[in-house]
Amino acid sequence: MTWIPFLVDGLLLGSTIALGAVGLTLTYSILGFANFTHGDLITWGAYFVLSLLLASTAATGSGLGQLGALSFGWPFLAALVVAMLLTGALGLLLDRVLFRPLRQHGTQIVLVIASFGASLALRYGLAFLYGPEPAYYTRDIQLAGPIVPGLPAVRATPNQLFVLGLTAVLVVGLHLLLTRTTLGRAMRAVSENPTLARVVGVDPQAVVRWTWLLGGALAAVGGAFVGLTVQVRPWLGFDLLLPLFAAAILGGVGSVYGAVLGGLLLGLAEALAVPLVGAEYRAAVAFAVLLAVLVVRPRGLLGVRE
Amino acid sequence: MSDLPSEGLALEARDLVAGYEPGLPIVRGASVAARPGEVVAVLGPNGSGKSTLVKAIVGLVPVAAGTVRLFGREITGLPAHRFVREGLAYVPQAENVFARLTVRENLELAAAVLPGPRRHERIEAQYRLFPDVGRLRALPAGRLSGGQRQMLAVARALVVEPRVLILDEPSAGLAPRLAAVVFDTLRTVRALGVTVVLVEQNARAALALADRAMVLVEGRDRVTGPAAGFLDVAEVARLYLGGLGARAR
Amino acid sequence: MIADVGAYLVFFLVVALYYALLCLGLNLQWGVTGLFNVGVAGFVAVGAYASALLTGPDSPEHWGGLGLPVAVGWAGAAGVAGLCALLVGAVTLRLREDYLAIATFGIAVTIQLVALNFTRLTNGPFGIVQIPRPFAGWSETPVGRNALYLGLVVLVVATTYVGLERLVRSPWGRVLRGIREDEVVAAALGKSPARYRLEAFVLGAMVMGIAGAIYAHFVGFVAPEDFLPILTFQVWTMLVVGGSGSNRGALAGGVLVWGLWSASGALVAALLPPAMQARGAPLQVVLIGIVLALVLLYRPRGLFGEEAVVSRHVRT
Repeated sequence: MTWIPFLVDGLLLGSTIALGAVGLTLTYSILGFANFTHGDLITWGAYFVLSLLLASTAATGSGLGQLGALSFGWPFLAALVVAMLLTGALGLLLDRVLFRPLRQHGTQIVLVIASFGASLALRYGLAFLYGPEPAYYTRDIQLAGPIVPGLPAVRATPNQLFVLGLTAVLVVGLHLLLTRTTLGRAMRAVSENPTLARVVGVDPQAVVRWTWLLGGALAAVGGAFVGLTVQVRPWLGFDLLLPLFAAAILGGVGSVYGAVLGGLLLGLAEALAVPLVGAEYRAAVAFAVLLAVLVVRPRGLLGVRE
Repeated sequence: MSDLPSEGLALEARDLVAGYEPGLPIVRGASVAARPGEVVAVLGPNGSGKSTLVKAIVGLVPVAAGTVRLFGREITGLPAHRFVREGLAYVPQAENVFARLTVRENLELAAAVLPGPRRHERIEAQYRLFPDVGRLRALPAGRLSGGQRQMLAVARALVVEPRVLILDEPSAGLAPRLAAVVFDTLRTVRALGVTVVLVEQNARAALALADRAMVLVEGRDRVTGPAAGFLDVAEVARLYLGGLGARAR
Repeated sequence: MIADVGAYLVFFLVVALYYALLCLGLNLQWGVTGLFNVGVAGFVAVGAYASALLTGPDSPEHWGGLGLPVAVGWAGAAGVAGLCALLVGAVTLRLREDYLAIATFGIAVTIQLVALNFTRLTNGPFGIVQIPRPFAGWSETPVGRNALYLGLVVLVVATTYVGLERLVRSPWGRVLRGIREDEVVAAALGKSPARYRLEAFVLGAMVMGIAGAIYAHFVGFVAPEDFLPILTFQVWTMLVVGGSGSNRGALAGGVLVWGLWSASGALVAALLPPAMQARGAPLQVVLIGIVLALVLLYRPRGLFGEEAVVSRHVRT
């Protein structure tokens, strides 16, 4: 039963990757390019939460608050919601000043190259503003407790369970949005055939704006998760980029459930690889998975043939 | 078709110049007009600019010169997504359904431009008009046959109750039997009283359906006339059967 | 004072030419052939480590340290980087261009990870030290030694430039351009696009490997943090600024952006309050990112970019 902790670890890590990959797969398929700034949007979300918490602590003297067994309360949740809006707005701003003008003249590849530049500016902008040192939402140490009766080896902290739960809620919510609402259908339509979408009356600019907003908001939640369970650094999102791309492509670009599946599988693969290759090569697992998918089945597990 | 008076036309494109790259027009001064309730066939050899002409009308190709009017109102150069709201629907030639959306979602997407209460009713109307579409509503459109896709594409265009419908080669690439089904579909549309501009390679089938016709050659409208006996007009025969149009038949 | 300026100029030029060489390699891959390589840093690292291990002194800390002549080290750098590219390219070059970008990005991340963790070979985070510097016995002063080294680097870059210029204008180069513009047509003419693309990829990586060796022997030590992904993005910025598709542009972009980088460093040092000085370097990177975005927005051809590349990347 020694593998059980790795399994739990893998699922927890996988849920963070899954959430990031859901946002990435959405923007990848609708905006139509591999957006290297997605990782940095995650980081900005984490730092927005940090800044809001610092500000509220300074203003009210109260910290994260407390909700049941969780190490945080309403102040944190409020900061998370505001950070989602701010990160979405940051995505909109990027689109307005950089990607939209380029979209009118350039191809997908020009957008990817532009995202290198934006990614550098965003990431190192944070390093300039906050310094390279890691920061923490809270210094409290949470103990992992057993969560399944009869299986004492299955342990997780309340915060980790919250992360799992919220990921599930967001994924289901996103699925409902995509299948049950006019906006969601329009997003899927633009992702499949932008020209035909215009023909049937979908305003592509509006869909692109909503996609940035949603992608940014989801990225912010991912960043807040990392901040809550690990620490906040200017590189946290960029370091996630390779696993996120691997998960999105493994699941099939454009497929929300595929991204979740890809994220969880990748988290498990990384965790289970630790006893085999050592923790230091954990990050290379994403690359191995990515390469295998691209060679064997480029459309991914749940993807659609182009 | 500058021979028709502009008064009372459903659709009038006048002297359009359009193309993908500036300075390289594919449509070089073409006019087309349709009276309310009329079916107008746009004929012409391969590469004559028929598709580009209708794409320019619906805003998918930049218009360099000329005007497009819908019931007298100028709509030249509107963004493509605005045309359905003006009452002008368009069915492209290829990839004209969303393969990953279900049949129902294809219709719902189009219905989104209507006021909320009317959406359901208009979708149901299409199910009645095209029972096959209704029967397959839960399937992803990618699973439909070529003929069924054309039917869905037409149904989706009709959801918004357009005043004018433009169809780009709806029978292209279909086996003759399926092409016949498509022309049956178009007869249904015609019976609704919708004004139709029909781009077709298959001149005989199109003329059997149309009230009037025109021939486009090298981006210009060359002959215009009543559909009946159109192929007997000497110039049509020359354009079609001469060197330029040899392949079109 | 004048000696200081001279020493700085030599240093500046050596580093500028190192970047210029990287741009030449990337230009062959991307500008000429259209291969979207986002793993530049990985191939540079491979070259740097290869030469360091071949030429360095024996060390108890890690393998290698064969003490071979520098020329062998540089040839080895090109060889090992080319071999890496051959393996990687054989698997990834048939991918869609954006997938190729992500895959090569992953390669660089993985190579960095190996540099950091495969301690027996790379000495981990401490890196390889005591890499022999050419011309050490030839001059009394470091400036003189660096000046001689600059001469060598100029020779290498000039040879590479002339060689690449001739190559891209040769029948081989015309096929590459043909493949980039229209792979189907090129294949119909009986040219195997896959093979030509692989050749260009490997050759470009060999140039990057030599650049890595130039860097290693100039600085005298290499560590994993010299080859972070940011290096890749810097080189991309340089090529875009200079104009992709043009070797002249690659050279100019490398020198110009490195100049801009150095000038911004001085400016940041002068403007930032003492407490903020440590934050100066991130600000310089922000500037590089903004320069890349601005060039794409306002001068997508860069300084010397060729027309054909523009027409390919501009939607018609």
